[in-house]
Amino acid sequence: MANIRVQTADFSIGAEYAALAAGRTDIGGLASFVGTVRNNAKGRPITAMTLEHYPGMTEAAMARIAAEASRRWELLGITLIHRVGTLLPGDNIVLVLAASAHRQAALDATSFLIDWLKTKAPFWKKERFLDGTDSWVEARADDEQAADRWS
Amino acid sequence: MRSVKLLYFAWLRERVGVAEEDLVLPANIATVADLLTWLPQRSPVHAAAFANTATVRCAVNQDFATPATPISAGDEIAFFPPVTGG
Repeated sequence: MANIRVQTADFSIGAEYAALAAGRTDIGGLASFVGTVRNNAKGRPITAMTLEHYPGMTEAAMARIAAEASRRWELLGITLIHRVGTLLPGDNIVLVLAASAHRQAALDATSFLIDWLKTKAPFWKKERFLDGTDSWVEARADDEQAADRWS
Repeated sequence: MRSVKLLYFAWLRERVGVAEEDLVLPANIATVADLLTWLPQRSPVHAAAFANTATVRCAVNQDFATPATPISAGDEIAFFPPVTGG
């Protein structure tokens, strides 16, 4: 049921909405989250962000996360798209779509999916600063706390 | 003789200097914790990469592992920092 992709190319939220809902009349609510590249890290301007992942495990981890969402909520469709490679400020990074008969399941599942994607899928971000130096992004304790509130 | 494949990601890959390596495990290596104790002894770059194992995470055969996770011949064992996707 879940549409899971890891890709360098951009995605269109409109096209993904249409694909998820195509031919369906049982969906009553479709919720979305789009993560994008912010132009600064704690106020320090960044010029690019590179995303690395663990091919094979990434897709498996995303499938496990989608399966867990489907176990917790009555969902009619899930789309998870995560980009990798070098991205620029303003670029899309990640798309989460969740469809259900009713809004609350779609909204809660979307929130759950992005929280777990951030903490349970093997992606790593590296930021490039104006002076040309690079730095790996450190995991944030509040991301862990956000993921833990679902356990 | 037990051979395993090690994979490194993000700053662990940069510090070790390779993305993967094939290793033959000494007989006394049974778990991820054993590997984390032994790997830094292999070379100065391994010692630098694994200097602070509090910031090292592990997956065995593409599933998140803990220090107690057993390892066996043919396993794919990955080391990486805490994930930062999304």
